[in-house]
Order: sequence, then structure tokens, then C-alpha cells
Amino acid sequence: MQELASSHTISVLVDNEPGILARVVGLFSGRGYNIESLTVAQTDAKQNLSRITIVTSGTPMVIEQIKAQLDRLVPVHRVRDLTVEGPHIERELALVKVKGTGDKRVEALRLADVFRAKVIDAKTDSFVFEVTGNSDKVQTFVGLMETLGLVDVGRTGIVAMSRGAEQL
Amino acid sequence: MKPEESATTGADLLVKALIDEEVEVVFGYPGGAVLPIYDSIFKQNRLRHILVRHEQAAVHAAEGYARSTGKVGVVLVTSGPGATNAVTGLTDALMDSIPIVCLTGQVPTHLIGNDAFQEADTTGITRPCTKHNYLVKSVDALSRTVHEAFYVARSGRPGPVVIDLPKDVLMNKHDYVAPKKPVQHKSYRPQVKPDPKKIEQAVEMIAHAKRPIFYAGGGIINSGPKASKLLTQFVRMTGYPVTNTLMGLGAFPASDKQFLGMLGMHGTYEANLAMHGCDVMINIGARFDDRITGNLGKFSPGSKKIHVDIDPSSINKNVRVDLPIVGDATLVLEEMIKVWKAKQPKTDQKALKAWWAEIETWRARNCLAYKTEKGTIKPQYALERLYHHIKDKDHYITTEVGQHQMWAAQFLKFEQPNRWMTSGGLGTMGYGFPAAMGVQIAHPDALVIDVAGEASILMNIQELSTVAQYRLPVKIFILNNQYMGMVRQWQELLHGSRYSESYMESLPDFVKLAEAFGAKGLRCHEPEKLDDTIKEMIALKHPVVVDVIVDQKENCFPMIPSGAAHNDMLLGPEDKAAKPVSEEGMVLV
Repeated sequence: MQELASSHTISVLVDNEPGILARVVGLFSGRGYNIESLTVAQTDAKQNLSRITIVTSGTPMVIEQIKAQLDRLVPVHRVRDLTVEGPHIERELALVKVKGTGDKRVEALRLADVFRAKVIDAKTDSFVFEVTGNSDKVQTFVGLMETLGLVDVGRTGIVAMSRGAEQL
Repeated sequence: MKPEESATTGADLLVKALIDEEVEVVFGYPGGAVLPIYDSIFKQNRLRHILVRHEQAAVHAAEGYARSTGKVGVVLVTSGPGATNAVTGLTDALMDSIPIVCLTGQVPTHLIGNDAFQEADTTGITRPCTKHNYLVKSVDALSRTVHEAFYVARSGRPGPVVIDLPKDVLMNKHDYVAPKKPVQHKSYRPQVKPDPKKIEQAVEMIAHAKRPIFYAGGGIINSGPKASKLLTQFVRMTGYPVTNTLMGLGAFPASDKQFLGMLGMHGTYEANLAMHGCDVMINIGARFDDRITGNLGKFSPGSKKIHVDIDPSSINKNVRVDLPIVGDATLVLEEMIKVWKAKQPKTDQKALKAWWAEIETWRARNCLAYKTEKGTIKPQYALERLYHHIKDKDHYITTEVGQHQMWAAQFLKFEQPNRWMTSGGLGTMGYGFPAAMGVQIAHPDALVIDVAGEASILMNIQELSTVAQYRLPVKIFILNNQYMGMVRQWQELLHGSRYSESYMESLPDFVKLAEAFGAKGLRCHEPEKLDDTIKEMIALKHPVVVDVIVDQKENCFPMIPSGAAHNDMLLGPEDKAAKPVSEEGMVLV
């Protein structure tokens, strides 16, 4: 029986030390796993911990492997598969630069309003919008801007967290 | 006295830390970046340094030392080429789960990243081939890092750990910090105690089996000699058959009737068919390697599988199992025996009798039989004679990689753990000789033999100089067929006998080669003289190279050709034409 691949969002709590990201990324490339999105930043200055959020895809057996392989890296404290461990929320932030004047400019601003995107830079012939949401929403907004003078996009990748009071 | 005078240098405290970790021997090779360490070694006499002739050999020697003693093997090499030469050994140790701490020199911190002389990104290069690695950027982190490295190397699933040491860190002064016991690592805490509920379930499954088999691997050896004792005890309590992987040989006494021999690509007919036909498989400390399973889709189709492993990532990696148990083999076996004794389960004697009867018919095929030829030494015969002469002596065997390795696994019998050192996972030609040096250092009075091929031995032949220097009486037993035998066998099987580049043109005269290094060289062509040659080799208290000229065309059987299933073995040359290798099989290695 062929098992189907599905997308999983995995949170990893690691020591914030040199080379940790290379360890995680090297594990994925060395073993042929996918990385769809990856974000990392220090989240606990006192204990010097970073949180890595990885979106990956694979069959259930591969996902299980990915988690076990991550967990056995020495500087890894915790690995959680948010996709299987109950409800969770995902957010991504994008900066979207649009160039144009006249009707297109007005339309871009109107759509930004619909998507609750903020204008964080404005010139007479350009805007930079900041849009936040799940990846679908960000993607849809970027798609709409394509016809209205899209020049540049920067996306953070996904950060995610479980719903409710529980800690990672 | 000024404080900076009273404090020790990084190199001094490194040596002190090694001694505190009960290190007795370091295998290494000096160079610019590690000169301060060599100076500290010179000024003391607790830590012994063995000078090898190539850094790869230093790691293999440390592996041999580690695997024959259960201790951590320690390696010391310089920056740049010293570290890159060690990479093969480190990868070998990672694949076979051998505890190693490898100290590498590095250019001073202010030069890192400047392409300095003998600079290499050692932590970058060794990241995927070590269990963990460290770059020590400041001397105040040094003692702590060394102690942590030893803990990581030896605990959980053992493996190699690299500590990269910039030269300024070795020369700066700092006080020594003794190791904290017990170690509590902030993130690395391997699970060693099994879940008691799963032990109960396992015993239940084992007790109800009709066609069971124990399949035990290198994890038993790594867990310590007690695990082998417990395995033997449990297997005998149940009366079930048992097979060992290449890495697990010695975990169960080979002379025991319940032992079916090694399984896998060149395993016995009875072991592989029992694996194929079993209804309950009890895997302890083995990892369903592709050399074991053959065609995954056809692997042991009708069995419920129990898998005991200390590394959760080994579970469900290749084969989906019904009952995974994460834990140390010793503790798991202890618990299983306890529960078994408490429950006194009644096993299905009728079914077991039928199962054993079936196994005996497979065993009766005598799959290791080979044809003798007058005037020619068959490699199998050479090993049978070797075993005959060493079996009552305190002996250790290492091997290189290839046909001779598989024959050694088939024809030498291992009654105890830690007596068999071979490169299983990585398959490193050139492993056996330096590994034998490491074993001999650990066991100076034992008979240590490297069973070699004439191709493999040339990959680390420079170590003859090391055995000469330390008067290590290592014996190199070369089965010389003038071919890279396993390459030739596959070319015969898969590539129409086109022996592309597998014939060893212009081989050296191994007898003269031995003599050039101050060792003794012996040669044997005739079967009738083999016994005398082996006896002479054993009697000599020097390093000896024995060049046994064997049949050039002999192939290693039985064999599961790549892509085939356990019940589709080639038993001998006659089977070859009848069972051509599939196209999917050709792709596999």
C-alpha cells in the first residue's frame, strides 16, 4: 500500500549555538527530506534557546523518521509535530512592494485594506505593504498584487504555535 | 607565584581531562596545530601515545581498541589534512556505533575563516559523520567540553565525537575543572529504561509464537558483555532459534545448537529462511540494514516484529514493526527475563517442534559447503584451518572488507562478544589492520589476527611501520586471490564477467614487503603446507604477514542477490544461471 505524503509543521527547541541551523538543515539535505519553510530565531535569552519552525512533507513513516532524527541531535531539547498534536495556529509575514500610479495604485491600496495589510512605506509611485496571516492568505495577496505592479516580495516563512495554555 | 604561572595551559588541562576520563591510550599523529598537546603529553607518563602513520589508521585503531574493550577510543590529529584524513574513520565509527573521541587541532581563533595554512572547516566537514562535534573557542569551556564529549560518545547509541581545538585555546591558561558525576546534560538524555508495559506485551508475543526467531545485532555488543550473557540466557530459556548480524557475531555462542549462524546477504540458508518464514521476530539491537533485509517488500512477510533499540530513529526506519521498545539491550533483556520467569509461560511445544524440524531440513542443506580442488587452497579451507589452530587460544579477529570478510564471518566461530572487529556499515577497506593494532594495544598478550584480502591490506599497509615501532605481534592473514574478489564476483554476476579494473596488476611481494618493515613474511601455495604455515605464524612473537595464495575464481556463497528476497538465495555457482538478477536489483549496491 502506497502511503500518501502530507505537510507537517514541526517546532524544534534548540540551544542557540553556532552551527545548530547547519545541523538541522544538513540533516534534511543529507537524508533527502523536504523543507517547505523554515524559520529560526532566539526565543529565550536567559536559557539561550532558539525555536525553529519547519514545514516539511512526507509519508507518515518519513515524518516519524524526521522527528526521531531531529530529536537525537545533541543540542535539540524538544521536537513537537504541531500538525498531529492538536489544533494550532500558523502565521507568516510578508513585505510586498508595489509600483504604480493612477487606478492601479488605488486598487492596490483598496485590496490591501481588504487583506488588512499595513502600508509601511509610501512614495508617490510605490507602496510597501506588510501583510500577516496564514500562508494561503499571504499567497493570495501577493497573487493579486502581481497584476497591479508587484516589484518585490519578502516572506518570513511560517511560525506556529499550539492553541491553548500548553507550553512547547 | 603569579596566578598565570600557577594555572595550567589548555593543552595541559586537556591531558588532565583525558586522564580523568580514564583514558590510557591515544592514537595520533602530530602537526603544527597540536604541538602544545604533544608537549603536554611529553611531560607526563600516565597517558600513552601511539604514533600511527596515517590519520585514518588512528581512528580505526581507536575503533579496534574501543570495540574490544568497551571503552572510548581516543584519537589526536592535527588541523587541515590531519582532520580530513580522519573523516573516513569517523564515518566508519558512526555507521557501526563505536564510541570515539577525536581531538583535532585548528588554526588559532583569530585566523579561522582566513584560509590559513592547514585550515579546514573541521566542524563543518565532520558534522554529518559524527554523533556530535564541538569547536572550543575559549579555554574556559575546554574541560567541560571534553567531559561532555566523552559522555555523548559513550552513552545512548555510542558514536564518534570531534573536539576541534584552536591552537591559541591550547596555549591560553586556565584552571582545570573536574568532571561532574553523574552527568546531567541539558538536552541530550537517551532513553535506556524500557517501558514495562511493552516488556509485558513482548513476553506475551514471544510466549505465543509458533515459528519464532531471535535476530540480534551490534547493539548487544555495545550494551556490554552482560547483554550477551542475558541474551544467551533468554534464548536458552525459550528454546527458540537465534541468528546474529555481522556486527552481532559473538553476542550468542556460535557453537550452541540454537544458533543458526549469520543472516543477510551472505548469511546461512537456515538463518535467512527462518527469518522469511517466522511468525514472531525478536530484533534486539539490530537495525534492519539493507544487507539484512534484501528486498524490503518481500522481507519476512508473515511475521509480527518486536524491535528493541536504544535509538528511536532506528525504529520504523526501514521496516515497520509491531512492537517497538526503546531502551538499552541489557536492561530490556533483564526485564524480559524477569517477566518470563514470573509468568512461566507455556510455549507451544508442538508448533516449536515442527518449526525446528523445518529449520533442521534447511540446515541439512549445508549451505557453507564448498568444492575442494587438488593443489589449490580454497579460501574457505584456509579459514577453517585458521580457526582450528586458534580456537583454544585467547584470540581476536579483525577483517578488511570484501569476500574474505564474509568468509571470515561464516567460517570463524565466535563464542564471546568483543572478539570480532569488522567494518559493517561503511564497508571500509583498510579497516582491519589498524583496528588489529588497536586491539593488540588493549590486549598485549592475545593473538590478534587481521583476516585480509590482498587489495584491502594495501589501503593501510603503511601501518607496518607502526607495528614495527611498538613491536605489536599482529598477524595479517591475507587470502590472496589477486582480485578485488567481491568486485569481481559482482562483475561476474551482474556485468557479464567483464572484470573491469578489478584485477590487481603488479601486486607487491608481500613477504619482502613485510621484511622491509621489519616484520616476518610467510607465503603458502599448497594446501598440504597450510597447517604448518599457520602454526609458524602463531608461534612467532613478531608482526607477521602471511600471504596465502588462494583460488582466484572462488565466489562467496550463499548469496541473496541484490533485489531478491530471503527465500531466493543462490546456494552456489550452479544457481547463478537459474536466477538472473532483476533490473531493479542491478541498481542496488
